[in-house]
Amino acid sequence: MSTTQRFSWEESLLPPAMALAIAMVVGDLLILAFGASPGHIFGMLLEGTWGNAYGIGQTLYKATTLTCTGLAVAIPLRAGLFNIGAESQLAAGGFATALAMLALPAGVPWPLAALIGVVAAALGGGLVGAIPGALRAKFGASEVIVTIMLNFVVLAFLNWVVAAKIHVPESLHTPEIASGMVPRFADFSATFRGSAANLSIVLVLGLAAAAWWYLFRTTAGYELRAVGLQPAAAENGGVRLGRTWFRALTLGGALAGIGGVNYVLGYKHYYEEGFGTGSGYLGIAVALVGRNHPAGVVLAALLFATLSQGGLAVNAVVPKQLMEVLQAVVILAVAICVPEVRRVLRNSAKAVA
Amino acid sequence: MTTTATTDTPALALTGIAKAFGPVQAIRDASLTVARGEIHALVGENGAGKSTLMRIIAGMFTPDAGQALVDGRDVTGWDTNAAIAAGVGMVHQHFMLVPTLTVAENVMLGRELTKGWQLDRAAAEAAVRALCQTTGLVVDPTRTVADLSVGEAQRVEILKVLFRGAKLLILDEPTAVLSPPEVLELWRVLRTLRANGDTVVLITHKLDEVIDISDTITVMRAGRTVGRMATAGTTPSDIARAMVGRDVTLAQRVDTGVIVPANSAPRLEVRDLTVRGTSRARAVDQLSFTVEAGEIFGIAGVEGNGQTELIEALAGLRPADSGSIRMDGHDITHDGVAERTAQGLAHVPEDRHLRGLVLDYSIADNLILGRQQQYAGRLSIDAERVSANCVAQVQAFDIRPPNGDLPSRALSGGNQQKIVIARELGGERWPSVILAAQPTRGVDVGAIEFIHARLRAARDSGAGIVLVSADLTEVLALSTRVAVMYGGRIVTVIPGDEATPEVLGGWMTGATREGAA
Amino acid sequence: MSALDILAQVLRIAVPYLFAAAGGVLSERAGIIALTLEGYLIAGAFGAAVATYYTNSPWLGLGAAVLLGTLVALLHAIATIRFKADQVVSAVALNLLMGGAGAFFLRLMFDSSANSPRIPALGDGLGSGLAATFGQPLVWMAFLALPGVGWLLGRTTFGLRARASGEYPQAATSLGVSVPRVRLTAVLLSGAITALGGAYLAFDQHKFTDGMSAGRGFIALAAVIFGRWEAPRAFVACLLFAAAETMQIRLQGSPLLPSQFVEMIPYVLTIVALAGFVGKSAAPSALGKVDA
Repeated sequence: MSTTQRFSWEESLLPPAMALAIAMVVGDLLILAFGASPGHIFGMLLEGTWGNAYGIGQTLYKATTLTCTGLAVAIPLRAGLFNIGAESQLAAGGFATALAMLALPAGVPWPLAALIGVVAAALGGGLVGAIPGALRAKFGASEVIVTIMLNFVVLAFLNWVVAAKIHVPESLHTPEIASGMVPRFADFSATFRGSAANLSIVLVLGLAAAAWWYLFRTTAGYELRAVGLQPAAAENGGVRLGRTWFRALTLGGALAGIGGVNYVLGYKHYYEEGFGTGSGYLGIAVALVGRNHPAGVVLAALLFATLSQGGLAVNAVVPKQLMEVLQAVVILAVAICVPEVRRVLRNSAKAVA
Repeated sequence: MTTTATTDTPALALTGIAKAFGPVQAIRDASLTVARGEIHALVGENGAGKSTLMRIIAGMFTPDAGQALVDGRDVTGWDTNAAIAAGVGMVHQHFMLVPTLTVAENVMLGRELTKGWQLDRAAAEAAVRALCQTTGLVVDPTRTVADLSVGEAQRVEILKVLFRGAKLLILDEPTAVLSPPEVLELWRVLRTLRANGDTVVLITHKLDEVIDISDTITVMRAGRTVGRMATAGTTPSDIARAMVGRDVTLAQRVDTGVIVPANSAPRLEVRDLTVRGTSRARAVDQLSFTVEAGEIFGIAGVEGNGQTELIEALAGLRPADSGSIRMDGHDITHDGVAERTAQGLAHVPEDRHLRGLVLDYSIADNLILGRQQQYAGRLSIDAERVSANCVAQVQAFDIRPPNGDLPSRALSGGNQQKIVIARELGGERWPSVILAAQPTRGVDVGAIEFIHARLRAARDSGAGIVLVSADLTEVLALSTRVAVMYGGRIVTVIPGDEATPEVLGGWMTGATREGAA
Repeated sequence: MSALDILAQVLRIAVPYLFAAAGGVLSERAGIIALTLEGYLIAGAFGAAVATYYTNSPWLGLGAAVLLGTLVALLHAIATIRFKADQVVSAVALNLLMGGAGAFFLRLMFDSSANSPRIPALGDGLGSGLAATFGQPLVWMAFLALPGVGWLLGRTTFGLRARASGEYPQAATSLGVSVPRVRLTAVLLSGAITALGGAYLAFDQHKFTDGMSAGRGFIALAAVIFGRWEAPRAFVACLLFAAAETMQIRLQGSPLLPSQFVEMIPYVLTIVALAGFVGKSAAPSALGKVDA
């Protein structure tokens, strides 16, 4: 009992830890190449993210979106499917919530309006997730390729709708919404002034908890994980694979879509072309480093948000793209370390036995 | 050591070979001598270590201990390439053929014939035709392997080995997938090879084959070689005794039950069922049978005659092309797995690692697989009932170690199978119909007896049981009636107490036919 | 605007697709997912621009492009073949890495976050007509890339082994073929060939620009899938997609058909193809499988 427990802990935690160490080394080298001092840069990074209220607010804001896209990747991955479509699901969610708010008559109290906005975002993202889900379930079409291709299709479509139908002249965004705005941190404490952090984070933390409950406590989650681990056994256990795949991808899409609430209802109050660019792909990194566990996803989202925000903080000295490089290094290192750590741990277990 | 091979140097000599995979000791102490130009049968039950031993010779595994000599040369621990170069070729049980390539491409893969920069297809095809000529194998080198029948695919496997200049051929259970005429064809080819001076090692657990074709026999049991005999003058029961390690009456018949005349509908009624297989259009071909309450309906047959597809269709895992399946009078032909389970169908699948268990799930979680909906609480799975069920089943079925939180992966094969049996047969009420496919495959003796007892108890409680097993002893020991499947059809049904291996063997191999018997 | 000019434009647009699709067919037929094409294109463009700038020789730039593309492919190969990392994850990481690294080194070397200084290009001064288009070495090389890969896969020892490795690696292994080595070769070649497409992009614009690959690697992958992993069909798909893109450029601002819808064509066609006639059977069986 204790040994298997220990192994699963080590198997979960060692790879991200090793990946971070590797990223630190690579980061040091790149900073040195730029003629700057790594200590100084990492100090700036911490100061610009967790060192003041504005930085904290910005980091939390980014982590909120990344938690959504991370869950959007993690849940389908638990069912054995790779969702690379969080990028467009997020955009579709943001667009749907903006559309719903623009359609809403004025005077609806904000909590009700926001609730409608969240539902709209979930529907928008969920619809984009449902397409690869249905194609996978019905025709066995690779969800990896379909979600990638769909990213381009959906983003081009939204681009057309906004540009041709409802944009504010001279801009790439919709008109401002009049209801459903989620209060910002700055509304409660002046120290957060200027930062984008808003109460969406409470909703998203709740969603992460719900995702955990769903995956590990419900019958549907039991079936979903069985499908991901061993589809043939799940099928023999009466689980319909196609239905589970469809459900997992739709759910993932909906979660990514809700990420759009953070921007549209919580921050800018309109939908803008490219508001979440990169957050969808980073969701893959978040899910991977968070080991597809909702708690891990929240922590990993904080890590990647820190790197993103930190990139801006250090941009004056080293280019912010340094952080993109480091994020990539973390992903690659985790991808390499996961199978390697498992192999080493299981071999050493055998040697003992 | 440089020894020149003389005529009495054995083609192959193994001494004291041992090989472990993790905690599993596959081979403990194996020695084998094969003379040049003979057909040598390596026999033993499933899991005795035959295939592992041969893979060591083929260079796929390195032994932990012992020595291997080929033509007197020490080759211990060599690799596949060295084995091929030395003229050792293995024909695998599971075909190692690339389906999208042609016969000629498959044959020359790894040892390509070229003309300048390019592959020389014409030369490869000519080489295949030449080999066909000398051995009597018939196959068109230009066809794509995916389009070949099983028998043809096996010929390509043999050609591949011969193309590499093999003088020592190892065939791993070559007849498992062949029809009787194809088996005879294979024997003819092997005899031709022997006449050409080649050496053949044949891995099998079918005694009639051993008597038919081999010159010498080596018996393996539980990782050891336990006997070597000349085929001439040996009887199947001599070999069987060595294989099992005790005297066996080959048809050990213990309590096969009697059918109680029922006043209700039969437990299971299959009418004109046709099922499409992965490679064959009619893996199950217009098949009909009925299973009464209190009966074990055994299905014997050479593997690959549609048993797997039949069980999958009955379980709801594979759609029926036509025909009907009725359970307790209800038509379940179009029901899914979950609906069938809810109506009282239990299924012990033939491959527990693939279908029977989610290996990374705990024992407790696996004990509810397929019944998870019954454990649904209001907002979550009822963890208390799951754990109560686990405690009860672990105790009732003596699953070890008795810790429900352990992942099933950590258990031995026998204990893993007990989880499946407990789940399928250990519920609060007995199932109406039980599908038991290879229920004791790869399971230790103690667990076998336990599983047989549970199946009999289920039968006595009025369940109708369909038993499919590659182990004829098991079929004979349990079945109230024995059916034989051949080419996707049931070719005969024999009352359990009239069935003998000889009678069944005739039907299984297609030697006995309808009308002729 | 004559029909020949339009044809020349289609052909020029097709160049990076043809290179990348050739790389994609090669890598995927050997069993390694080619979602990295985008990264290889960036590597090629960056390598070509930087080396040409410092040496003033476009040919050396071309060499550097191939070198850098091979290097990125080597990372993909090490991660997926040696360490058995998930191929999709490795590819996503490498694309992100190349996107970031391009901009990072732009600033490190040229103190600009947007683009490199102007570079001389292969085929400078040839004009833009059809004959001039084919006067550029990279253009006719592009048109030879897919036939070349088709020949390599179909007619050579390496190709036979690569196809076997992508379809049923265990079978290849049992015959003494080193699947890791075959796959390594295929992936490295894939990176080198695709990088030529990146070099073309840099030469075409006489500079390296951040984000200049603009999703072309994914369009090329779409062409590979739409072409059912076969070189001749992928060739046709590349030309088809390039024609669609030409149409999009020509239709810019036209009220008849919004350019965004034309832009979607390759992606929608690929999705439809995957759901319909391509099916599962067309993909190499062992593609993306980790434990081979």
